[in-house]
Amino acid sequence: MTQAPDVTRLLDVRDLRVEFRTRDGVAEAVGGVSYGVDAGRTLAVLGESGSGKSVTAQAVMGILDSPPAFVTGGQVLFRGRDLLTMSPRERRSVRGAAMAMIFQDALSALNPVLTVGAQLAEMYEVHRGMSRKDARARAVELMDRVRIPAAKARVNDYPHQFSGGMRQRIMIAMAIALEPELIIADEPTTALDVTVQAQVMDLLDELRREYAMGLILITHDLGVVADVADEIAVMYAGRIVETAPVRELYRRPAHPYTRGLLDSIPRVDHKGKELYAIKGLPPSLLTVPTGCPFHPRCPRAQDICRTERPPLYEVPDATDTVAPGRASACHFWKDELDA
Amino acid sequence: MGRYVLRRLLQMIPVFIGSTFLIFFMVYALGDPVAALFGDKAPDPATAARIRKDLYLDEPLWSQYVHYMGQVFSGDFGTAFNGQPVTELMTGAFPVTLRLTVVAVVFEMALGVTLGVLSGLRRGRGLDTSVLLLTLVVVAIPTFVSGTVLQFLVGVRWGLAPPSVSPEAPFTQLLLPGVVLGLVSLAYTTRLTRTSVVENARADYVRTAVAKGLPRHRIVTRHLLRNSLIPVVTFLGIDIGALMGGAIVTERIFNIHGVGYQLYQGILRQNSPTVVGFVTILVIVFLLANLLVDLLYAVLDPRIRYA
Repeated sequence: MTQAPDVTRLLDVRDLRVEFRTRDGVAEAVGGVSYGVDAGRTLAVLGESGSGKSVTAQAVMGILDSPPAFVTGGQVLFRGRDLLTMSPRERRSVRGAAMAMIFQDALSALNPVLTVGAQLAEMYEVHRGMSRKDARARAVELMDRVRIPAAKARVNDYPHQFSGGMRQRIMIAMAIALEPELIIADEPTTALDVTVQAQVMDLLDELRREYAMGLILITHDLGVVADVADEIAVMYAGRIVETAPVRELYRRPAHPYTRGLLDSIPRVDHKGKELYAIKGLPPSLLTVPTGCPFHPRCPRAQDICRTERPPLYEVPDATDTVAPGRASACHFWKDELDA
Repeated sequence: MGRYVLRRLLQMIPVFIGSTFLIFFMVYALGDPVAALFGDKAPDPATAARIRKDLYLDEPLWSQYVHYMGQVFSGDFGTAFNGQPVTELMTGAFPVTLRLTVVAVVFEMALGVTLGVLSGLRRGRGLDTSVLLLTLVVVAIPTFVSGTVLQFLVGVRWGLAPPSVSPEAPFTQLLLPGVVLGLVSLAYTTRLTRTSVVENARADYVRTAVAKGLPRHRIVTRHLLRNSLIPVVTFLGIDIGALMGGAIVTERIFNIHGVGYQLYQGILRQNSPTVVGFVTILVIVFLLANLLVDLLYAVLDPRIRYA
């Protein structure tokens, strides 16, 4: 199968830069991020809090709080059109309709004083100009679609009257209401019980397949990623440090940070031993270390890491052929692969 | 909900008894009402003793209170010193003050919420800064200053409104006094709305509304405003209770014969039946206003359910 040329990619983010202008100075939250996703595929964006993964997604959606956040460079190509140069009006018609977002905490992300039915129906009223009655009927269908029991009876309930899992289903229903081409899910299962996490993730994955949507899954949970993602982008301090197809990444990480993340997953066969943790803390975005931002925490750090920022090196796959979408921002990616 | 209302109504009884007894006791402590009745002249001891007996003033305080309350609940608030029944004073005064309160509340609600929303949405910009400064100035100026100044400027110098109000006190004459009365509350309403809007504008559900691709006016009116107005409505509700009884200064300045005016006269002349009677009614108004606010709160915020 040949890789489609970039113009027809569903979403193609190129060298996106976002900075936060705060009282304490300017923080570069996103420092030149490029990633993309094709229709029907899932890209997982992995990283600790503060790595810029959510900010990147908000910049793509166009929902950054501005001020303090400003997009200072790059392109966000959606079906070949740059969202960043669109008029606010055009942009708004894309938002919600062609690309939708699912937030982490559905309780605070849903309006507490409006019924879930009203919040779902709103999508049809605003974007499709439907009557209130028709829109309400569609809202019930949507709730059925995401398997909320007794949808018809619950359409007039308020968000706080639902359980956490059901609320997240309503968020998902809202996102798929207008059958968008792309869904960005920002830690959609983090706030949920483990048992419910799997159900919600399965639902999301099923809907993605059914509507052939592209899915960007932002998470810090490697367990979730393994099951559903096609590609992975690992972010650190506002930059992508490694990208790879999911299996490749698990089998042969090419960046010490990725390896650190993989090693810190608790494993049953390590029971009784101390859990592995990457030493140190992620850097403040106001004072990003020189050279490779990961070097103060890196077991492999050399002098060059302190002075020279590594570019994204192309990394070949196991058979030593050039693999598209496989890259690592480590001077010593070869050593890391062989380790 | 019904049980909650019932419980709240029952809770009002001790509050009502406590506050009325307190005012009863304080007026009693003011001095001898019989002496006050005769003004500057010294009363004839025999006559004074007879009046004391007629008015139960020779009995202990608690017994006087019980007797008074018994009469109040049969609709008799006693008579003022000039022989006018207190109920008659009330039917004259309360409608006037009610009209004045309506003007004040409409004024502070319409202008306060509008200014608050506008400045909240433009936080840190010119409009916001000027509104904050202006409200600070308004809060800092006492009503007797702003009242007399506005009375002079608008009423006398420019002749835009009557400087004093006729006894009938129609709405048109109450516009200026209503604005004066609502001025300080207007400043509070504006600041409260602004803070609430600023806080809610950063809420997750507003970001969701943006992500849904809704037009800005819909995000503001349907999502932001509903949530932001919850504390404002609460404040306005309590303020209505306060305005009903607290218009003493404004009513003095504009010569309005309302509740504040009658209370002032009553206190000045040690006319205890008037004072106790009016305060008793005001206590009830305040208690009911508070209950209404709590019930309204549940209507505005579905997360609050009273059981």
